[in-house]
Amino acid sequence: MANLKELSQREVKFTSGHRACAGCLPAVALRQVTLSVNYPCVVGFATGCMEVVSTIFPYTAWNVPYIHVAFENVAAVMSGVESAYKVLKKKGKIDKEIKIIAFGGDGGTYDIGFQALSGMAERGHDVLYICYNNEAYMNTGIQRSSATPFGAQTATTPVGVVEFGKKQFPKDLTQIMAAHGIPYVAQASVHNWKDLNMKVEKALSIKGPKFINILAPCTLGWRYPAEKGIEVAKLAVETCVWPLYEVENGKYKINYRPREKKPVIEWLKVQGRFSHLLKPENQHLVEQIQSEVDRRWARLLELAGA
Amino acid sequence: MKVMALTGNEAVAEAMRQINPDVVAAYPITPQTELMHKFAEFVADGLVDTELVLVESEHSALSATVGASAAGVRAMTATSSQGLALMWEILYIAAGLRLPIVMAVVNRALSAPINIHCDHSDTMGARDSGWIQIFSENAQEAYDNTIIAIRVAEHPEILLPVMVTMDGFIISHTMERVEVLDDEVVKNFIGEYNPRYKLLDVENPVTFGPLDLQDYYFEHKRAQAEAMESAYRFIKEIEDEFYKISGRRYQYVEPYEIDDADVVLISLGSTAGTIKDVVDNLRLKGMKVGALKIRLYRPFPRDEVFEFLSGASVVGVMDRAIAFGAPYGPVCLDVKSVLQGTKYSDLPVVNYIYGLGGRDISPSDIEKIFFELDKVRISGEVPKLPRFIGVRGEEDYFERVKGLKVKN
Repeated sequence: MANLKELSQREVKFTSGHRACAGCLPAVALRQVTLSVNYPCVVGFATGCMEVVSTIFPYTAWNVPYIHVAFENVAAVMSGVESAYKVLKKKGKIDKEIKIIAFGGDGGTYDIGFQALSGMAERGHDVLYICYNNEAYMNTGIQRSSATPFGAQTATTPVGVVEFGKKQFPKDLTQIMAAHGIPYVAQASVHNWKDLNMKVEKALSIKGPKFINILAPCTLGWRYPAEKGIEVAKLAVETCVWPLYEVENGKYKINYRPREKKPVIEWLKVQGRFSHLLKPENQHLVEQIQSEVDRRWARLLELAGA
Repeated sequence: MKVMALTGNEAVAEAMRQINPDVVAAYPITPQTELMHKFAEFVADGLVDTELVLVESEHSALSATVGASAAGVRAMTATSSQGLALMWEILYIAAGLRLPIVMAVVNRALSAPINIHCDHSDTMGARDSGWIQIFSENAQEAYDNTIIAIRVAEHPEILLPVMVTMDGFIISHTMERVEVLDDEVVKNFIGEYNPRYKLLDVENPVTFGPLDLQDYYFEHKRAQAEAMESAYRFIKEIEDEFYKISGRRYQYVEPYEIDDADVVLISLGSTAGTIKDVVDNLRLKGMKVGALKIRLYRPFPRDEVFEFLSGASVVGVMDRAIAFGAPYGPVCLDVKSVLQGTKYSDLPVVNYIYGLGGRDISPSDIEKIFFELDKVRISGEVPKLPRFIGVRGEEDYFERVKGLKVKN
């Protein structure tokens, strides 16, 4: 595992000068992930915030080969890139060890790109898929995705006289990917660079499909002050809304267990998208969220044999 | 060179074996399935070096092909109908990224109603997607066109994806005599593939598919249009080279008995063969009829079509697809636009929509068309709307069309 000093001395693959918002944590996630990749690599991107801000022609923030094709197909595109790599290696036209990495937001991963991702995993391509999860379609203006939390206000799940925001709990994509039986699946958060670095390094040491789901808060979509993002991400982990864990060859390991599990309200109350939940008449919704978080956490503990 | 008995699907699979593409990504759909069965056998027997990626949809088939092509290798796929429709989004991207992908399209009708048989609705819908489209009359052409297409796509002045089409079942499942080139001859003809930009060239990183806004997008699209013009210019040279290795001469259009023909019937694909047969019969009866087969449909062979129609008194255009809401079928629209504004603007052109969903087009249907065109020649009365051939209610429809005749 690389320490901070080593990481800071590595050649930057994803450079500054891109046009992400001030306080954008998906951009931080990209930087952390790419610094952890100590190999030549090819990067593929699903349409989304990070694609849009990093490659406005004639500029690019990418110092490594990069491809964007469409919204729902990065896993398929990188399946093709990996297959090309395999052939060229077999023919002796490439001898380098090159890592193939796909990135998608939660929209491009949980929703529209899910079929392609599932196909890539089932076929066993040697690709690391990274989801930078900011829990909604931020690029198109903050619409709900299947990763959006229960009760969250978005542009398509507004709070109104009769509605309270999103009515469904998020899809547990990390578990779904684990159910594919691929060699490595992990959940990480942008606030814990060390854990994230470890997971990327470990994933790249394993052959086959790998999936890492990174919680990367969005200042505009979650509505917190731009400088508070890391704290918000940390609270998601401290409340067990977003546990840090990995599934290596089917074996679960919880990477971080909060000494004292904080109530979910601690995470909700720092975000404008949940502000309506703080009203006394919505107390029951907070209770529902707490009970779902508890249920998922208990199940995870069970899976990890903890 | 050897002679083999092959179906259209097998002929293209055989061409693919000889091309030995690095990556093929495909998803099954009738009537393309057998093409991939055959190719999968070649992979299973170690006769090709190809990575065969058996994806979970056509959308992913073309996406993986795009990824492989951008990575820097020769990549191919094949589909039909709904599969092509599902690829739609990526068709435009493959062309916009200027990736020299070759795809076999086994023409089949589009849903709804669902139908597995031949018409050209699938590829006609993709005619403006930026792909070069070459139509094949028979299994031999499907084989030859596939090999030619590799050179066309990869030509440095072109760099555009190519669709090679053949009529579903009519060609894809009919066994014919096919002259197959020697493996070495094909290998030398297509050469090594070494693109200028490739993702896997990690020493020279390139960004593929950036966001392109008001300040550059238009120039890139204009450049793509110019590439299509280059295709129109350079495909000839590639076909000349192909003639040297095969003895088979291909042109953008194939005229048949056209020099002194008063009546010319234009078609694409397998129907052209039937028309040629009818032309022979009618010539024996003394009628001055001829045919023009359009082989290269995109870019549209505007000069050739114009040239070969310049001696005609009346023209029929066969469309195996409907352009809903448009005045004519897609091929007829192109033919008319080529004549428009020239001294042949007034050349009577009659559009025939036929064969949708695999409806047979018989020699007697075509004879009927020639007779009708001859009547138009004599009377000068041209049906304004497309005529539907071989469909129930056709005569009633003709009655209605009669009322809309225009005097030329």
